[in-house]
Amino acid sequence: MPGHFEPLPGGGAAVALDDVEISIIRSLAVQLMELIGPGPAEDAKGDPLAELFAEGPSEPPADPVLRRLFPDAYSDPEKAPDSPQDAEEQLAHSAEFRRYTENDLRAGKRDNALAVIRSLDALSPVGEGGAVLKLSPDGSRQWLAALNDLRLAIGSRLEITDEDDTDLLYRLPDEDPRKPMVMAYLWLGGLQETLVSTLMP
Amino acid sequence: MGPVTSPAPLEIERTESAEEVFAVPEPDVPWVTIVHNDPVNLMSYVTYVFQTYFGYTKDKATKLMLDVHHKGRAVVSSGSREEMERDVQAMHGYGLWATLQQDRK
Repeated sequence: MPGHFEPLPGGGAAVALDDVEISIIRSLAVQLMELIGPGPAEDAKGDPLAELFAEGPSEPPADPVLRRLFPDAYSDPEKAPDSPQDAEEQLAHSAEFRRYTENDLRAGKRDNALAVIRSLDALSPVGEGGAVLKLSPDGSRQWLAALNDLRLAIGSRLEITDEDDTDLLYRLPDEDPRKPMVMAYLWLGGLQETLVSTLMP
Repeated sequence: MGPVTSPAPLEIERTESAEEVFAVPEPDVPWVTIVHNDPVNLMSYVTYVFQTYFGYTKDKATKLMLDVHHKGRAVVSSGSREEMERDVQAMHGYGLWATLQQDRK
C-alpha cells in the first residue's frame, strides 16, 4: 500500500506515507501556496465586503506555472486569431474573465493546498517513521485537485510540453539535476492515479 | 506594466464590457467550451472531471477524454456565453486547460 491510495469502506481513501514522503508533499504544498500567493484581493483583507468586490488582475501572470494554472479563457492555444481585430477582442475578453474569476480560482487552489497541509499535520505516527493518512470523500477531492496542481506546477518547471518530454524524463541519468524533481513528479502521478480510482463514480 | 501602458481607459473599458451584455452580436450562435490536451493531466483524472462536473456517463466522458488526447482538443459543452464562462472557470479550478469561443461552424 505504500504510494498507493486504497478505497475505505463507506467512502474516502487511505494511504501509508513515511516521514520523508510526508515532508516532501508538505513542502511542495507550502511552496504552491506561496507561489499562488494572496492575490490582489488581499489588499482588502479584514474588510469582507471590499474583499468580495475586489477585482482580480487583468494581465496573465508572469510566472509560467501560474500562467498554466490560470490560462487565458478566450485564446485558443492552437489557432491564431483570424484578424488583428479578433486578437484584440480575445485579449480584452480574457482580461475581463481574469478580473472576475482569478481571485476565486486562486482562493480555491490555496484552500486545497491548505487542506493537504492540515491533514498531514494532523497525522499521528504509527510504527517506525510513518503514518496512515485517512481521507473523507471531501478530503479526497481536495487532495486530488491539489495533487493535480502540484503536478502541473512541477511539469511546468520541468518544461514538459508534450508526451515525448515525459518519456525522456523516465530515462534521465542519475546525475541529472532534475532527477529528484522528476522522481517526485512520477511519484505524485502514482498517488493521483490511485486516488482517482477510489473516487470514480 | 498594465497601469503604465493603459492609464486612462479603465473607466472606458468598464463601460464597454457593461454594454456587451446587452449587445450580444449573434444570440443564436451558441458558445462552446473547449478542453485542450496537455501531457501532465492524467487520462483517468480528465475522465473523472468530465463525469463529475458535467455529469456525463463513463462512456461519454471517456470518448471526450480520448478526443482531447488524440485530436488535441474536444468540445465538452455548449450554451450561452455566461454558461460557458462558468464551465471554463470550473475546468481551470480542476487544472484542465479550457477556453471558450463562439461556435462559428
